[in-house]
Amino acid sequence: MSLELNVEKCMRCGACVGACPVNAIFLKEHSPAVGRGCTECGLCVNICPVGAFSLGGE
Amino acid sequence: MNIDQGDTLEYDVLVIGGGPTGSTAGRFSARHNAKTLVIEKRQEIGSPVRCGEGISLSWLEELEIKDISPWVRRYIRGARIYSPSGHVLEIIEDIAGDEVGSVIERDMFDKDMARLAAIEGADFMVKTAATGLLKENGKVVGVKAKQMGKEFNIMADIVIGADGFESQVGRWAGIYEAIKPKDIMTCFQYRMTGIDVDPDFTHFYMGTRAPGGYAWIFPKDEVTANVGLGVQLSRLNGEVTPKEYLDQFIAGHKGLRNGEAIDMVAGAVSVTHPPERTVADGILLVGDASRVVDPITGGGIVNGLKQAKIAGEFAAKAVSEGKTDVEYLKKYEKLWRHRLEDKLWRNYMAKEKAMLLDDVMYDKIIDALSDMDLRKVRVETILEGVRKKYPELIKEFEDMM
Ligand SMILES: Cc1cc2nc3c(=O)[nH]c(=O)nc-3n(C[C@H](O)[C@H](O)[C@H](O)COP(=O)(O)OP(=O)(O)OC[C@H]3O[C@@H](n4cnc5c(N)ncnc54)[C@H](O)[C@@H]3O)c2cc1C
Ligand code: SF4
Ligand code: SF4
Repeated sequence: MSLELNVEKCMRCGACVGACPVNAIFLKEHSPAVGRGCTECGLCVNICPVGAFSLGGE
Repeated sequence: MNIDQGDTLEYDVLVIGGGPTGSTAGRFSARHNAKTLVIEKRQEIGSPVRCGEGISLSWLEELEIKDISPWVRRYIRGARIYSPSGHVLEIIEDIAGDEVGSVIERDMFDKDMARLAAIEGADFMVKTAATGLLKENGKVVGVKAKQMGKEFNIMADIVIGADGFESQVGRWAGIYEAIKPKDIMTCFQYRMTGIDVDPDFTHFYMGTRAPGGYAWIFPKDEVTANVGLGVQLSRLNGEVTPKEYLDQFIAGHKGLRNGEAIDMVAGAVSVTHPPERTVADGILLVGDASRVVDPITGGGIVNGLKQAKIAGEFAAKAVSEGKTDVEYLKKYEKLWRHRLEDKLWRNYMAKEKAMLLDDVMYDKIIDALSDMDLRKVRVETILEGVRKKYPELIKEFEDMM
């Protein structure tokens, strides 16, 4: 899994949760978590208003 | 209410989400004698605020709201719409449709909607999250819930999903339709103070400074406003974030540049066509969870409230008649569609057209419109005015008006 979340940036707004086409993200108590089924489509990376998600080996 | 691990509570109607639509659904279901509970996962109804706080006031009678003083912050005379090169179209209150009118205190607003529900007899539980649905033979009969580490069950004849854009309830019930990226706006906003903008107008900035969306300034007082922007998800590629677009917008705006940000808000809204389905056996959806945000403005409160009233009344009726199967609940869908669907479709089509405009087209259209006194004219006259100045533009819009 090369999807990474920067919890320092995350504002827990839920935008990524609502946008994920395969419902692979859920909001835990403090921040979103990526569960099974992620296709690495990158939508959560793009939608995040503050750029908290990143995909790939940066 | 004191909860113990493993408890089972029983209600007629259970609402998931204590936003404005959840409280309002609860209000009308309780009024019609259904034993109603609203659960909200956050510890405080209405906070933190995730909203631009701009709403019209044309719906108060329909929702039977008499006292708006707890939450109206500022009355607005009209809207100003700015083209990329600075042409301004001014729309004064009495001709603008919905979504111009006031700027509110959204946290007070949400609490007031809860207060109205409590007056009717609805129960509330905060810091209480639904974590899954309970089903019997495929029918939703309640939810698994969690409050401060304690897990318990809430049984209900009807569950109402009012859990917002990030809605899980609909997905758990199998009523999920993924929203197309072109129909999602992702937003970032600051509350700014020490700014210099006309505080009697809401301000909308079109064009590629907010690709596929717009930037807004909604004044709260003489020197304070919500300053935000929404971008179409399909126009983002992970390089420039909505926050960065907003920072650029502010840096380029002389009335904002020297202001101070005292709050930050992130979030998303759907600007999509009405959904295929909003019910399943034992469950119905309202508000952002059912995608009734206005596709042009991105405002979701007013449509959501109108729909929530219908949902609450209908849920109470269904419970009293003992009919909570999907076939019967489809009547709820019919009712809210009758109230909202025409305008949602019309505005969705208009939004699809507006998406085709580039900065040059926005400049031309807003320039042509700004020559007219919009207080006195009708849509046809507006089009005539644009036709005279830029005949080629009219084709795109003719079939829609
Ligand atoms: C940046 C931004 C600006 C906006 N500006 C405007 C505007 O100016 N005017 C306007 O009309 N609209 C605006 N909107 C849209 C508006 O905020 C929504 O349409 C409105 O909040 C919808 O109300 P709701 O009750 O459906 O959902 P919400 O207000 O999102 O409420 C859903 C509630 O459900 C709770 N919840 C979620 N999951 C669970 C669970 N599992 N268990 C328990 N509780 C749960 C959440 O905590 C939340 O409190 C804006 C949206 C954004 C993101
Ligand atoms: S990359 Fe796509 S599939 Fe994976 S979590 Fe993000 S949005 Fe969902
Ligand atoms: S969209 Fe970004 S800020 Fe919002 S919850 Fe997801 S990761 Fe956090």
